[in-house]
This record gives sequence, structure tokens and C-alpha cells, in this order.
Amino acid sequence: MAIEVRIPTILRSYTGGAKAVEGAGTTLDELLNNLDAAHGGLRERLVDGEKLRRFVNVYLNDEDVRFLGGLETPVKDGDTVTVLPAVAGGAR
Amino acid sequence: MLTIARSLYEKIIEHARKDHPDEACGVIAGPIGSDTPTRFIPMQNAERSPTFYRFDSREQLMVWREMDDNDEEPVVIYHSHTATQAYPSRTDISYASEPQAHYVLVSTRDESETEFRSYRIVDGEVTEEPVSISQLSPGGRPPYPRNDPPPIRVPSKA
Repeated sequence: MAIEVRIPTILRSYTGGAKAVEGAGTTLDELLNNLDAAHGGLRERLVDGEKLRRFVNVYLNDEDVRFLGGLETPVKDGDTVTVLPAVAGGAR
Repeated sequence: MLTIARSLYEKIIEHARKDHPDEACGVIAGPIGSDTPTRFIPMQNAERSPTFYRFDSREQLMVWREMDDNDEEPVVIYHSHTATQAYPSRTDISYASEPQAHYVLVSTRDESETEFRSYRIVDGEVTEEPVSISQLSPGGRPPYPRNDPPPIRVPSKA
């Protein structure tokens, strides 16, 4: 068992075109470090310093991790993490 | 060029007028690779703001999953500017991350006339494109039914 991570089109250049990859870890932070070993550069697109970038939404199963624990959110085998580009903008 | 059915074009304008003075936003999904918008999906603006919009993250997850299940992609991503022209702002450009999408901007700053423009935004570069409004129903196959309700007219206060 592992943690499935679903990758949006815009980031599939980091996964050789794969829509989903697998990783391991006990927190989202660990999981992203684990993924970065196999898919160099992916973490940098999702994380800025210690925080998730505002341009992406990361979900654990059905919940936005911003409402859980951000990068410290616990994850476990069998979970699904979904990454989507945030859709936002405006005149400001 | 963006080719869009008149009924969908009108739905975008109707949504933008309804939410004015807040910005309205949404997606028109279409079959992957078809470049044809067919399914209108108005989204909540989680910011409820006259100068900013953001898709509600939970609603977005549900809509994106649904598109995935239907082999669809966001063909059009639209939002309105309510006091300025229908041109992508720096914020719009920095967030744009669907290179295959048509980014539609609608301006409702004028009460009687709605600006409707479309752009490609790839790697921070904005290219405006012509908009062709098709009389066919979404997807273009069956002819526009005669018993369809008449096109929605944007109410004018003049």
C-alpha cells in the first residue's frame, strides 16, 4: 500500500506524463519530500519555503489540507492526495 | 479562436449580470481535446468580492472529478470584471494554469453593454483571440431547436 497522489495536467511534466504517482510518508510534508526524490522539482512547485503555494489546492481525500493541518497534515497508506491548480484572479 | 454556442455565451453574461457588482466565475467543460465548450458550470466566488475571485476549493474538487469521470476538461474558464475592462489583470495572469483553456473575461462596468473577450494565457503571456458565436446548440450537432426560449437580453436601464 502507498499513498496515491493525483497530478494535474500542468505538473505532469514532472511525472513523465503520469496522472497519478505513489509516495510514502506520515505527513504531507514527508510525502512531498518522498515524491521529490523520484520526481525532482515537483515539491518546489507546490511548496514555497514552509508553506503551500497559494496557486495550488492540495486535498487529502475530500478535504482541502488548508483546513486540516497544511504541510503537517497526517497522511497514511491508502489515502489519496489530489493536487489542483487554484482558479483565481480578478481585477485587483 | 473561441467558438461558443449562443446559449452558453448568454449564460455567462447572465451569470455576470446577476452577481454584479461582485465578480462571477465559472467553467464550461467540453470533451478532452475537442476545444468545444458544452457543459455550463457556474461556480461560487469564494471571495464574494468586486475585485477578486477564487473558486471554492471543495466545489472545484467535485467539479474537476466530475469532468475527469466524463473525459472532459475545462475548455472555457470565465470570470467578470465589474468596474474595469475585460482584460486579464496581473493576478489573472499569475494564476492562469490551464494552457489549453480559453480564458473568457466579461466586463459589466457598463449597464447596457457587456464586453465579452477571450484570451489564451500560456507561461504568463496573454494572447487575445477572436470569439465566434455559433447558433448551433452546444457541441454543434443538433440544430438550435426552434422551440428554444428566445435569447436572453441583458436588461438595459437606459
